[in-house]
Amino acid sequence: MAAIIALERISKHYSKTIIGVDDVTLSVEDGEFVTLLGPSGCGKSTLLRMIGGFEAPTHGRIHLAGRDVTWEPPYRREVNMVFQDYALFPHMTVGENIAYGLKMGGADRATARRKAAEALDLVGLPEKIDQKPHQLSGGQRQRIALARAIVRRPKVLLLDEPLSALDARMRDQMRMELKHLHEKVGITFIMVTHDQEEALTMSDRIVVMEQGRVAQDGRPQDIYDNPASPYVANFIGTTNFLSATVQSLADGLAGFAAAGTRIDAPTDRALRVGDTVTLGFRPEKARLLAPGQDASTCLEGPITEVIYYGLGLRIAVDLGAGQTVFVDTLLPDTLIRSDIPKPGSSARIAIEPHNIFVFPEGVHP
Amino acid sequence: MNRIRNNLAGAMVLGIPLVWILLFMLLPYGILATYSFWVKSYPTFKPAFQFGNYATLFTDPQYFQVLLRTLKISALVSASSLLLAYPFAYWLVFRCRSQGVRTWLYLAVIAPLWVSYLLRAYIWKTILGTEGILNSFLIWSGITDAPSDIFLYNQFAMVLTLTYIFIPFMVMPIYSAMERIPRNLTEASADLGMNPWQTFARITVPLSMPGIAAGFTLTFCLSFGDFIAPFLVGGPDGNLIASVIQTQFGSALNWPLGSALSIVMLIIVLSIVSLSDGMERRGAVGV
Amino acid sequence: MAQANRPGSLSRFGADTAFMTFIAVLMAFLYIPIWVLIAFSFSSSRSLTWPIPGLTLDWYRKLFANTDLQAAVWNSLYVATFATLLALVVGVAAALALHRFDFPGKTLFRRLILLPITLPGIVTGISMLNMFKLLGFPLSLETVIFGHATALLGVVVTQVYARLQRLPRSLEEASGDLGATPLRTFLYITLPNLRSAILGAGLLSFVLSFDEIPVTFFLTGRDNTLPMYIYSTMRRGVTPEINAVGTLIVLASLILIVLSVIATRDRGGER
Repeated sequence: MAAIIALERISKHYSKTIIGVDDVTLSVEDGEFVTLLGPSGCGKSTLLRMIGGFEAPTHGRIHLAGRDVTWEPPYRREVNMVFQDYALFPHMTVGENIAYGLKMGGADRATARRKAAEALDLVGLPEKIDQKPHQLSGGQRQRIALARAIVRRPKVLLLDEPLSALDARMRDQMRMELKHLHEKVGITFIMVTHDQEEALTMSDRIVVMEQGRVAQDGRPQDIYDNPASPYVANFIGTTNFLSATVQSLADGLAGFAAAGTRIDAPTDRALRVGDTVTLGFRPEKARLLAPGQDASTCLEGPITEVIYYGLGLRIAVDLGAGQTVFVDTLLPDTLIRSDIPKPGSSARIAIEPHNIFVFPEGVHP
Repeated sequence: MNRIRNNLAGAMVLGIPLVWILLFMLLPYGILATYSFWVKSYPTFKPAFQFGNYATLFTDPQYFQVLLRTLKISALVSASSLLLAYPFAYWLVFRCRSQGVRTWLYLAVIAPLWVSYLLRAYIWKTILGTEGILNSFLIWSGITDAPSDIFLYNQFAMVLTLTYIFIPFMVMPIYSAMERIPRNLTEASADLGMNPWQTFARITVPLSMPGIAAGFTLTFCLSFGDFIAPFLVGGPDGNLIASVIQTQFGSALNWPLGSALSIVMLIIVLSIVSLSDGMERRGAVGV
Repeated sequence: MAQANRPGSLSRFGADTAFMTFIAVLMAFLYIPIWVLIAFSFSSSRSLTWPIPGLTLDWYRKLFANTDLQAAVWNSLYVATFATLLALVVGVAAALALHRFDFPGKTLFRRLILLPITLPGIVTGISMLNMFKLLGFPLSLETVIFGHATALLGVVVTQVYARLQRLPRSLEEASGDLGATPLRTFLYITLPNLRSAILGAGLLSFVLSFDEIPVTFFLTGRDNTLPMYIYSTMRRGVTPEINAVGTLIVLASLILIVLSVIATRDRGGER
């Protein structure tokens, strides 16, 4: 497969000190669903807007299907955007909104109307063709915005926080619809979001951004299972962090001293004995040990808090020295109330070595 | 920036108003300023560079008193407009429960703006005059037995007329400033134990300050430059600075002095505008 | 909350009554004079005194026979139409420039263009009079048009600029994204969304120009506009004929107000 979008060392400097995007190189393959993920201000939207042509990079080049479009205005790029606020034209009907791009492309009235109707069918709202945007609900506007953007069959569809204006229920539904639409039309999707769940469920590939740079780029599961940094580990999913010192190194398995105990974990990082590192593990990958049970790696401390979240319990355990970790436990339906751990009682947590992340240096996120 | 450099349309969008400002504002003001330094040489005037005209304005009591009187009357007009407009706007925005009533009452106060300003001044002449409607009404109803000349041709008549004319300019900015005050701020204030008066004094008034400043500026400046009301209802001690300017360009044929007066007026208006701009900006930052 | 309100309900009632009275007085202050104007236009007596001795339409008949007055009306229409058109072209451009571009001197630019709103017309009138005389332009209705357009610029700019600020930037970006050139974006997206603001500003400018005296006073040649004609009639004294003109003007204003309310009313979806 060929790269449909190639970003070559793209930077956007607003001034010497204010940097929006910093030296990003990225290639997106034809038909991929790529998500740019990060907190607000990380440069993800700016990057998307540069691909759309709404902002110009200060350095670097943008290639679209092999053509350099760095300096092309939006109306000469074969990409289309779904705006965060949808940007439906309030003075036009739904049909006119969708046909707008076709007419600008030189299509005649009849063709434009026919294609607009097809696009409306695709998003499941054929009966809305003569309504005005303000007569529609949020979810319907979202679909019209989608239809308007894909009706021109762009090479790439850009989606700027497309689901952020919807309520939670609608958002879940649209996630699946967007994913199905992507499969149906086969256009490359590049989406910007700050919602990790959205990124994990919808995309083929996630690009995590941090302060204008790419922090990690990979398949959702790879990023979840092998975060490149504490930042990524904390942004996608929840991660417990422990500061640790390297005690021994042998055959890719390192021994660490952390929280008053010894923890073993496999690592391919170049470490030396005595180095300070940060260990991380996910609450759902740890488990509470029943009395009498034993495990190779075991953390111990009093329970400070028990949080009920429907599916299960999240238990906070104080390991001393100001370090608190969380461990998740599902609530099997046979559980008797008295078995629920209580704050104040002591708990032991077991973690398998392969579930532990090792990050060099004591960087705490 | 590069959009301007790169396209002709952008250049026109900026260029047309820029040329207009240069041609019809800066150039005329420049000429006006130049003339203000010239000297009168009956029946015309000749170039010079001297401050005689300005000296006359500030030393000749005839002019200086007019200037002071104009300031006084403008201030009174602004103050009385504020007294009428503020409670009105307050009631509309915070107490009126019906959207329909609010819209209609607001429209009712703004609508007179659309009715000829000359007529609105003229009406008061017909009402207040010795042979006017008020006097004949008072006699007809038996309250007085002879027509009185106390109503017309004095400063009271002028303040009344100018207030009547310019009050929409006070209502509009105050109303929109109050509309912008988030309703939950007054609710929060009440929730925090403030009584309505405290809420009014600590929340509503400070947050509507930008509107008050804008309204004061408009009514003050407009009254300051008016020469219709003085002509119609002003009388002998109702001469305002604009009437004097008009005379200099008319019968007195002293264009340099008139120009100097206009420049003084321009400077006063500019200082008031920038003063209130500053206040509005501070108000905006405070929000 | 409920407890805090209860003792206050009596004083609240008192306050509401006070407010109602105040608003009634304010409305009386604003509208009784206008009704007086209208009433006396039908008075059979030449002097404006109460009570009105009898009713007549004579003053209206006189108006329709008055050719000077009719000429003045046509002059005013001519001036107001072209002054409004000019103010709209320049004002919309200025509002766009203020909204879109950053350029050196922008603050000064804004100050200047909005200045005529607060600047008394007499200064605009006199400064332009000086210039036209200096440049050797004879005073005419056309010089009045330029004067009015300058004085009205600020009105157009404030209204259009306010609308531009409420117009999401993304609409124009979306248009560009869908393949429209900047010119087409302006014609198909920006302009239709400014429509009601431009109409409203245009109507207001028209009325203000139709009604204008201070600038006209200095810039007109031999031709009189309607307010100038009325003004010169007033010098000769108070007559019911002026009331009759006034009544017709009030009527025309009323029609224009209704028109402007209809024209500028935002349709449901527009914010």
